[in-house]
Amino acid sequence: MSPTILLLLALGLGLAGWLAARARAWTFKRQSTDGRIASLPSYHAWYVALWIVIPVLAFVALWSAIAPGLVMQSVLADPAASQLPSFGFQRQAILNEARNVATGAAPAVFNQQATALVQPFRDAISHYNLIGIAATLVIAFLAGAWAFLRLKPDFAARTKVERIVMAILLGASLVAILTTIGILASLVFETVRFFGMVSPLDFLFGTHWGPDPMASASAVDGSRYGAIPLFWGTIFIGAIIAMIVAIPLGLMSAIYLTQYAAPGLRKWIKPALEILAGVPTVVYGYFAALTIAPAIRDMALAVGVSNPSSESALAAGLVMGVMIIPFVSSMADDSIAAVPQAMRDGSLAMGATTSETIRRVLVPAALPGIVAGIMLAISRAIGETMIVVMAASTAANLTANPLEAMTTVTVQIVAMLTGEGSFDHPATLSAFALGFVLFMVTLGLNFIALRVVKRFREAYE
Amino acid sequence: MSERVAPTRTAEFEARLQKRYAAERRFRAIGLGAILFSVAVLLFLLATMTFNGIGGFQRVEMDVPIDFTEAGIAADPTAMAQPDAINTLQAQGLAEVVSFFASKQLGDEAAAELGGDAYRDVAAAIIADPSILREQVTFSLPVSADLASGYSGEGSPQMQALAKKLYEEGKISKNFDVGFLSRSDATNPQQVGIWGALKGSILTMAVTLLLAFPIGVLAALYLEEYAPKNRWTDLIEVSINNLAAVPSIIFGLLGVAVFLWMFPSYRSAPLIGGMTLALMTMPVIVISGRNAIKAVPPSIRDGALAVGASPVQVVFHHVLPLALPGILTGTIIGMARALGETAPLLMIGMRAFVATPPDGFTSPATVLPVQIFLWSDEIDRGFVERTSAAIIVLLLFLLVMNGLAIYLRNKFEKKW
Repeated sequence: MSPTILLLLALGLGLAGWLAARARAWTFKRQSTDGRIASLPSYHAWYVALWIVIPVLAFVALWSAIAPGLVMQSVLADPAASQLPSFGFQRQAILNEARNVATGAAPAVFNQQATALVQPFRDAISHYNLIGIAATLVIAFLAGAWAFLRLKPDFAARTKVERIVMAILLGASLVAILTTIGILASLVFETVRFFGMVSPLDFLFGTHWGPDPMASASAVDGSRYGAIPLFWGTIFIGAIIAMIVAIPLGLMSAIYLTQYAAPGLRKWIKPALEILAGVPTVVYGYFAALTIAPAIRDMALAVGVSNPSSESALAAGLVMGVMIIPFVSSMADDSIAAVPQAMRDGSLAMGATTSETIRRVLVPAALPGIVAGIMLAISRAIGETMIVVMAASTAANLTANPLEAMTTVTVQIVAMLTGEGSFDHPATLSAFALGFVLFMVTLGLNFIALRVVKRFREAYE
Repeated sequence: MSERVAPTRTAEFEARLQKRYAAERRFRAIGLGAILFSVAVLLFLLATMTFNGIGGFQRVEMDVPIDFTEAGIAADPTAMAQPDAINTLQAQGLAEVVSFFASKQLGDEAAAELGGDAYRDVAAAIIADPSILREQVTFSLPVSADLASGYSGEGSPQMQALAKKLYEEGKISKNFDVGFLSRSDATNPQQVGIWGALKGSILTMAVTLLLAFPIGVLAALYLEEYAPKNRWTDLIEVSINNLAAVPSIIFGLLGVAVFLWMFPSYRSAPLIGGMTLALMTMPVIVISGRNAIKAVPPSIRDGALAVGASPVQVVFHHVLPLALPGILTGTIIGMARALGETAPLLMIGMRAFVATPPDGFTSPATVLPVQIFLWSDEIDRGFVERTSAAIIVLLLFLLVMNGLAIYLRNKFEKKW
């Protein structure tokens, strides 16, 4: 049963309850002596509808999580399942195939062993579908009936509905906390599993990165999991090359836009910068791989560098820098705008030229904000994935030559998780450890930057 | 009478002043240069993609007249209504018929380079209108990938020579490929299309919108209108601000560890992709929503309270409708960002080769940016143009969404 249908069923039942309750409330209203009841009929309607929809949705969520497991269990209990190979990929593949045929996702079986399982799958799925629908109806009916029977002319439906609404609002804002907890828990859990196989010291201070997803998971060679080359590649591409491009260009753009540009020009340039910020990173990545990287390679060949890499750190870093320009520019724009006009006027009144005012008064005064903006920009650059996946290499090199191939934390996370290794292998788990490091570093940078911005804003208010 | 010279405007002063003015001009020029550089890069990027992409909307085709009266293909209407009608036609030897007529008209040399899947186009035409089986019809059929790259001046010398010869004889030409917008992924760049990826993107975005919009708006309402000042509220605010800055790939890891663990059978389905992107988009909606709600003046609330509305009625009847244009603007911008997002979807397995458009929220799918990434990895040169064409489609969608956001902002923004 696809969740969509159960969802529609829930909404349909809710609508039925809504209409029934409203009709009931109108009856109360007509029967009452002064034509008034404690709450408007629509509140009675919402009260019943919410009482139906919320339990049903909770059940649907629970059911779509456990139903596949129940189906699988009953299929495995079938005599035909005893023929299956004991464990591993093959077994899973046969089961998946049989299920796909049974649900109609695949036209026919390739593997003969799956044929016998198609019918048990079909039976189990329709069996549990029926149970699911029946349970949905029962729950909807019980909850709806309970709510419906409470309706009375003097029933304070509005207060009740508003209490439920408040609970929903609170629940919606708790999703943010749940997401944060979910991120932390999944990262920490998998990272701890990874550190059970590879020593944290090897990981954090080793200088050789070369996990082998095909190696045996029982005898792990910790010396292949040294992440220093990844950290260096990330810093070199994201925090050094990209920032060499983005900081001067972003800062000067912001200064020109806020201090010099005529309003007519600004009207055109600002959207252009916003477009630059809105281009998806996969497009930048393709641009870097298709246009910039070969150009840099040719240029390096032309100046006599022997054998430059076609996946140089320079190409990825330059394009990433361009991507970050609008970000740096808007952060710098905000902090320069926050400097009080009186400081600028004072400097100009003393005879300073505009550029002297900017360099000696505005920028120093706005410096904390600008620095915080740069920290945010770095945190965005090191978390950026697609540009480096497409333009940088997967080879881990510990070098300071921008023409060499280099890899980053994000490239390796993608490479490890989209590789062929099983989910319990340290190579796959290392993606979570790398993700954990990335998460903590970006979090730290953001935290400090937001602190600085806040304090800086308070200083001028 | 001696000439009076202003004591400050000495020769050194004038020289110094000139120097300062020169520095001023230099500084200004650098600023303008920085901006022009950014704009130039943007224009160069767009120009590269357009230049490459125009070819991606075309394909090399040869005109093959097929006389169905001689072909002996039967198509009864019931069989044509079946989903496997193409296989029925293939079983009747449609592929051989097509290559027979191709070699009859164009010669064996050219017919050998007819695309291997070309008969599918013919089959689709028959299925759409079985009556053509009684007449002679000329089809524009795709040539093989090798001949197509020969046509663009790449690939093996033999193919380049053959392509040149056929072109001069007027047998092959490069035409606008309508099918690019209606087909799905394929291994042959002549046969690919983006409809599958586009549909996957639409389904994924629908899930994202359905989850992120209500949750984001409700959370924004709670935080802005009702939340008591306490430690829990601070915690919620801190985590929303942090989530907005977490790299997108981390959400991909969350998707792998939590959603794929909960629903292992929905790997690479739009449902999982949409859920992952919804968590990423929600903070953006909350932050922009709070700003829009904050902009509604307190007098509106006071007025509603004064005539007896309850706090919930104040918010849902008065504050929310007034803040909605601002919230929608923020939502569209967040959705545009989610539409261009690639990394988290790669993580949760939406990178599989999917040759049919997804038919629901739970069937395997890919999305437009991931399709771009997959094509960019292909070795065949024909994919370079196709990738750029897909990028143009993606950029057009983003342009429309952002344009809509700007329009909404300009039309409905109120200055109180």
